[in-house]
Amino acid sequence: MSKNVFVFAEQRDGTLQKVGIELLGKASELAASLNQQVVAVLLGENVKEAAKDLIAYGASEVIVVDHPLLKEYVTEPYAKAVSAIVKAYEPEVMLFGATSIGRDLAPRVSARVHTGLTADCTGLAIEEGTNLLLMTRPAFGGNIMATIVCAEHRPQMATVRPGVMKALSRDDARKGTITEFDAKLTDADMNVKVLEVVKGSKHCADITEAKILVSGGRGVGAPEKFAMLRNLADALGGEVSSSRACVDAGWVERDRQVGQTGKTVRPKLYVACAISGAIQHLAGMEGSEYVVAINKNATAPVFEAADLGIVGDVNTILPKLTEAIKKYKAEKAK
Amino acid sequence: MKIIVCMKQVPDTTEVKLDPVTNNLVREGLPSIINPDDKAGLEAALRIRESVGGTVTVVSMGPPQAEVALREALAMGADEAVLITDRAFGGADTWATSSTIAAALKKIGFDLIVAGRQAIDGDTAQVGPQIAEHLGLPQVSYVESVESVTNDSIVLRRQFEDRFHIIEVKLPCVITALSELAVPRYMSVSGVFDAYKKEVVRITFADLEGYLDKANIGLAGSPTRVKASFTKQPKGAGEKFEGSDEEAVRLIVSRLAEKFMI
Repeated sequence: MSKNVFVFAEQRDGTLQKVGIELLGKASELAASLNQQVVAVLLGENVKEAAKDLIAYGASEVIVVDHPLLKEYVTEPYAKAVSAIVKAYEPEVMLFGATSIGRDLAPRVSARVHTGLTADCTGLAIEEGTNLLLMTRPAFGGNIMATIVCAEHRPQMATVRPGVMKALSRDDARKGTITEFDAKLTDADMNVKVLEVVKGSKHCADITEAKILVSGGRGVGAPEKFAMLRNLADALGGEVSSSRACVDAGWVERDRQVGQTGKTVRPKLYVACAISGAIQHLAGMEGSEYVVAINKNATAPVFEAADLGIVGDVNTILPKLTEAIKKYKAEKAK
Repeated sequence: MKIIVCMKQVPDTTEVKLDPVTNNLVREGLPSIINPDDKAGLEAALRIRESVGGTVTVVSMGPPQAEVALREALAMGADEAVLITDRAFGGADTWATSSTIAAALKKIGFDLIVAGRQAIDGDTAQVGPQIAEHLGLPQVSYVESVESVTNDSIVLRRQFEDRFHIIEVKLPCVITALSELAVPRYMSVSGVFDAYKKEVVRITFADLEGYLDKANIGLAGSPTRVKASFTKQPKGAGEKFEGSDEEAVRLIVSRLAEKFMI
């Protein structure tokens, strides 16, 4: 009999990833509806310490597989360990972060244990009566939302992008158990050879972590004009992001792209500069708390998603706005 | 080396428009394209063939009109094209789709299987890894470059958000391509001409007898089911201002100050 809501708690170099903590928050809600428990699954080498943090964030049990083969993420050792846990514990629900790790691991596991998997869910809920997991995700560029169910196979599996669910606040008084699990890993499971691990790579700031984003679209006009956005972001204490068009044009690095094919962001403030507001873009930023849109075209769809819409030219407004914000902050500091 | 490239024909979602009245998707006239990640995978496969020899077979599962995408791949230089098509396969989710494609690949044979990381219409990134699992092969997904290749192994650069791995994997294996893996070449004039002389081989359920269980295909073989779909409403416009830059700047600063954002 399947039971409990499992969360794959991703760690990198021993650091728990935010998305796993967020999933524990959602899992707590789902488990309460089902009258079941939240179980976190933690894989890695020397990661037992982190298990306590998972309890503080809502897990009532943490299953740890601690093994040298799990130090860096490699598909087969991870897939074997998670599949073994699924077979041994028979979870009702299992959630993964939709990261480059979760999106590699979860499909492999779903194929192995023969169950369904719904990608990049933005909503998860338990249906009254049937107790089925309702998995809602954007489809076809983000305009259509589809609610998916997996009625006859277990676990009901879903991936969720970072930043979509809300974490519980940390509570060190929460109680839970830590169980070590032997996944029977052997050297033969390492069916690829990792020749080199290069950390950091070319990557810059993580826009999903930024509280304030100044985001540019094709209408900014030229790559060098992104300096205006950078200045405004610096004045606000935020980061620069962009729409897909600017990334495709080579103006901005790909990891700054917001939208359906980029990242989902939910900053406190999102300033959309000369972004027309294609639905694919809006899908990636609509969770923002306050949206300011500046666009020359009064009928741009971005205004439909903005809390404050300014019809005007970013070329003249942005430098003035940057100065005004600096001035405001300077006066406030006095 | 027998290289397989898995491709999907997708609507060009960058061209998607909304009907301003119904807020529904305007599907009419939406062009179909080869999914961008798959096209990058095809280009990488063609370059591998150029470096170590062999053949490139493009494989797609879909309705008969997906043949157009396969012909485009032939015109880019693929040697053979296979269309897995049957009404019985309709309504398949990623699990049933990957089971079906894996069965077809077992039948036609392979040394290296290249798929796009994800398709722009579904964005699931599931079918590549699931094919690998069904075939019991190692997988390397999120591949951003091919570092080197021989007839029995390949060295790849695998992207993560915060790092990359250089991974060596023995063939046969499955790799999934990011769109930055390779910039696709254009179709050549002679390629276009040849593409229409070549046959697109069709594989139906009957052709996969002994490779594929009827319980694992189509809607009936899909663990997941769409329960409901609906159009998402935008959150609704807030206030809108049109006037001088100075007034606009004052308004933005005062709103941000009210909300304690500055």
